[in-house]
Amino acid sequence: MKRIFASRELLLLVAIALVLGIISSRFPAFITLSNLAAVFNDTSPLILLAIGQMIVILTKCIDLSVAANLALTGMVVSLINISAPGLPIIVTLAVATGFGACLGMFNGILVWKLDIPPIVVTLGTMTIFRGTIFLLTEGKWVNSHEMSDTFKAFPRTELLGLPVLSWFAIAAVILFTIVMTRTTLGRAFYAAGGNPHAATYAGINVGRTQFWAFTISGALAGLTGYLWVSRFAVAYVDVAGGFELTVVAACVIGGVSIMGGIGSVPGALLGALFLGIIANALPVVNISPFWQMAISGGAIIIAVVLNAQANRTKGRVILKRAEHAT
Amino acid sequence: MQLELRPDVSNAAAPTPLLSLSGVTKTFPGVRALSDVSLNLYPGKVTALVGENGAGKSTVVKVLTGIYQPDEGDIRIDGEALSFPTPQSAETAGVTAIHQETVLFDELTVAENIFLGHAPKGRFGLIDKTAMATRAREILDGIGAKIDPGATLKDLGTANKHLVAISRALSIDARVVIMDEPTAALSQKEIEELYELVESLKAQGKAILFISHKFDEIFRIADFYTVYRDGQMVGEGAIIDVSEPELVKLMVGRDVSQIFPERDHNVGHDILEVAGYDHPTEFADIGFTLRRGEILGFYGLVGAGRSEFMQALFGITRLSGGTVRIDGAPVSIASPADAVASGIVYVPEDRGKQGTISALPIFQNVTLPSLARTSRKGFIRLAEEFKLAREYTERLDLRAASLDTDVGNLSGGNQQKVVIAKWLATQPKVIILDEPTKGIDIGSKAAVHEFMAELAAQGLAVIMVSSEIPEIVGMSDRVIVMREGRIVAELARDQITPETLVSHAAGIREAAQ
Amino acid sequence: MTTTTRSIPDRLRSPLERNLKSWESLLMLVAIGIFIANSFASPYFLNAWNLSDATFNFTEKAMIAFAMALLIISGEIDLSVAAIIALASTAMGAAVQAGVGTEGLVLIGLAVGLACGAVNGFLVTGLGLPSIVVTIGTMSLFRGISFIVLGDQVYKGYPADFAFFGQGYVWWVISFEFVLFAIIAVIYAVILHMTNFGRAVYAIGNNATGALFSGIRMGRVKFTLFLLTGLMSGVAAVCLTSRLGSTRPSIAFGWELEIVTMVVLGGVNILGGSGSIPGVVIAAFVMGLVTFGLGLLNVPGIVMSIVIGALLITVIALPRLWSMWRG
Repeated sequence: MKRIFASRELLLLVAIALVLGIISSRFPAFITLSNLAAVFNDTSPLILLAIGQMIVILTKCIDLSVAANLALTGMVVSLINISAPGLPIIVTLAVATGFGACLGMFNGILVWKLDIPPIVVTLGTMTIFRGTIFLLTEGKWVNSHEMSDTFKAFPRTELLGLPVLSWFAIAAVILFTIVMTRTTLGRAFYAAGGNPHAATYAGINVGRTQFWAFTISGALAGLTGYLWVSRFAVAYVDVAGGFELTVVAACVIGGVSIMGGIGSVPGALLGALFLGIIANALPVVNISPFWQMAISGGAIIIAVVLNAQANRTKGRVILKRAEHAT
Repeated sequence: MQLELRPDVSNAAAPTPLLSLSGVTKTFPGVRALSDVSLNLYPGKVTALVGENGAGKSTVVKVLTGIYQPDEGDIRIDGEALSFPTPQSAETAGVTAIHQETVLFDELTVAENIFLGHAPKGRFGLIDKTAMATRAREILDGIGAKIDPGATLKDLGTANKHLVAISRALSIDARVVIMDEPTAALSQKEIEELYELVESLKAQGKAILFISHKFDEIFRIADFYTVYRDGQMVGEGAIIDVSEPELVKLMVGRDVSQIFPERDHNVGHDILEVAGYDHPTEFADIGFTLRRGEILGFYGLVGAGRSEFMQALFGITRLSGGTVRIDGAPVSIASPADAVASGIVYVPEDRGKQGTISALPIFQNVTLPSLARTSRKGFIRLAEEFKLAREYTERLDLRAASLDTDVGNLSGGNQQKVVIAKWLATQPKVIILDEPTKGIDIGSKAAVHEFMAELAAQGLAVIMVSSEIPEIVGMSDRVIVMREGRIVAELARDQITPETLVSHAAGIREAAQ
Repeated sequence: MTTTTRSIPDRLRSPLERNLKSWESLLMLVAIGIFIANSFASPYFLNAWNLSDATFNFTEKAMIAFAMALLIISGEIDLSVAAIIALASTAMGAAVQAGVGTEGLVLIGLAVGLACGAVNGFLVTGLGLPSIVVTIGTMSLFRGISFIVLGDQVYKGYPADFAFFGQGYVWWVISFEFVLFAIIAVIYAVILHMTNFGRAVYAIGNNATGALFSGIRMGRVKFTLFLLTGLMSGVAAVCLTSRLGSTRPSIAFGWELEIVTMVVLGGVNILGGSGSIPGVVIAAFVMGLVTFGLGLLNVPGIVMSIVIGALLITVIALPRLWSMWRG
């Protein structure tokens, strides 16, 4: 009996270790603890978004509006910060998460109740969200000096040697690992995407499950929106432009199947880390950072080919000898 | 052959039923799946539900498990009328089922599959994985399955998946257990273990509905039987009061010679020769010849590998070996387009998915494989298309408002006519019909049968895959019976009887002599 | 049911009647509405040269949108089109540095487009991978190669006569690009609506299994569609590079989603199976007119994206809401 510890994730872990090994053989400074922590911190927004996207893709949907949601929520909390600089951080966090969740719910309602294909819905809301930022600001930037110090300092605040931003990513990984493996809703995401017909037999409402996936994705995007604008101390229309496809890429590299039903939080985490390590390692090993895009493109294609190989469907297996052979 | 057995149930000293279904009717667009049927299940007893494919057995299972809502009729448990608007409500009422189609999830673990929707909860409302694994272990041990509850389902073989499905049904504290062909995917040893499980469920006082095509097992474990035919209940009683031939006759029922067209059974020279067709997992060593003007029946139980073989012959499935000759010349078939070019066409069982393109109009469906003939230099000529479509749909007596009606708006029988018209327009040599009258009304059935006879009379070679015994008996010149992916018998015209077909297909030894 | 006469009529409704109730007519009304609104809103709108300038907003995108429409109708998608423009443009830029003339540049642009289409086509039809993920991957790969070659550099120095493709006028205010757009529209309308190939595209998109079971050579058709989409991206690359007169790796960034929006707005079902070229043509005009009209009113482009996004969702949601309303 083969006890496979999530082989896709294991394969990716080996690939990441290999990349780190090669880099460290020439540039040992890269794998010092402090540098790896910096890489992790840098990748944290991608990890947060990839977890949300992974859940959406699990249910056979896709969310192209995450980066626009991030930018809009980031702008909204920045504007709130300008008019009410004394607002406690916890309120800002709640507003960011809640506002992002509402945007996600809007996507979810359109998919669930009106049955509009998710790619159309989120393509539309993507442009609407970004356009709304412009309407709010008339294209003006919110710059560092307009933001309050507590607002800016929060994601950089160190806790046990790691910035708060990193802790949010770690917390999300732990929380959603529990949600996905230990709650009824988490298992419903897998069931609804893996076999919608059977899920209905088991009493799962597929549309409602998709709605919750979009809500979670939106909430995470909103939270990341605040963390992003405060970390970079600037908010404008094009924040994280095009980042939605990087997020999808992280999921695909992390073994999430675009056909739904296959994927895991560790997978999304590793997919994001893979992209993050490549992005951070290139300048160190003296390869032009312009290689980054092509490398992640190649990685996506290799990942899709490998995933497809692993998921070939078997037939009915009628012959007795064939059954014993498997 | 008219036979209406209605053994007196009182002879068997039947107790009061635990679950009883009465006057249940369920219709779908174009089909009356259940018509005023009843069913009684008794505590501590096994009732076998017997009938041909399409008799309404699976529909009744879905009614009992809250997947379908009946149009009329009621379900009573302990005399109390209940309704099952959702699958959960059926489970709450204590009805659980092992479905024929797998309703499992490849990416979840065995334990999660067993408890999806009713997992044990621990602190903070989280799923208690330890308790879930322990209980899964108990249930799996209880049925003698050596499966790790933590294994991912997709890593299991077919038989083990089935044991998981059984475990899922048992994880609900049920009073009524429905088993829809539970032994179809199991080996002999596993079947023995299943019988032991059934015995222990009986001892616990549960009422069991057992659906099976295998007569040996019906006679071994069932206490009562109920027979459905064409969506109606045609007989019920105690197993000890009935013999195997009587049950077969009840199941097949009607006088088969009446409704089928007269045929002269003259056949011409060999046209198709198939030899050594092998597939790694689905079928092995299939070989036969087919003659002009012949109707060759392929009979077998569901899952005997007939459709899988036909789809390989049509170029859908990849093979590990085998040759095809048409008119003596070897042909290579790597795709359906190759098959059509060689003169082999296939009318699939799954009309909605494989046969028609339902959102396209009738004429476009008919001309799709013949566009090369109706077009000029790749450009469509609508007038030619309408002409061709009209010619063949009229030959088949298609009923439709117009030729640009979408096929999806037609009845099942008329959709089937569109599929056949599509293929006849390509002027084929061999036509394969896979369950040609499944799910279509009686009138259209007769029309399809007549047309099949006419095609054969015109010299076309016809292969008819069918699980309906009257159809096989009434139409075939010769029958090949398949079981477990292999040919087990070839029957000449005078050997084709319902009894021989059933015994070869089910592997009943004494009758197979 | 009329069963007295055995003969089934070819059609019940005339083609004209069918067309009048179609998505295309609805979209046409929207386009006319926007046109009228624009001409009232700005005195500069009804000016031949201004209108001519406005066509550059959509001609290059629309060329790709036609091929993309066929691809989406067949049930696939290509998100790498803008990246193909970048790669083709970069290849042309590099060729300029090597002293290649105008004819050579055009050939190189088209060849790179075809080659990229072939890569996508092989990955999707040869290896059986989902096109949405494959083309997200090749999108990064193709544009990534541009970045590797160019970095933050710019290719300039295109030959003077190369400028004709993006800046030339055929007659009065009629630009070369607009003529090319019109010719390509007609070619794709013919391919989709009047050939066996087009019929196969619809059949595959409606029911891929059914089409395969009807003897359609599905792999071949889909591969051809990816080739065509790559080729059109190459054509657009020639026009855009010529119009800008320079190549940066960020050229045509984000166009893929605008092109998909144009196709879906044009009435093509994102799930495959239905859609028409006239619809995409009208959608191209709608998007161009909205951009141009709002531009004249000094409304920035980003706001027009809200309008386009809202239009996209509303036009798809409205019929569904309507049918829900009626039960």
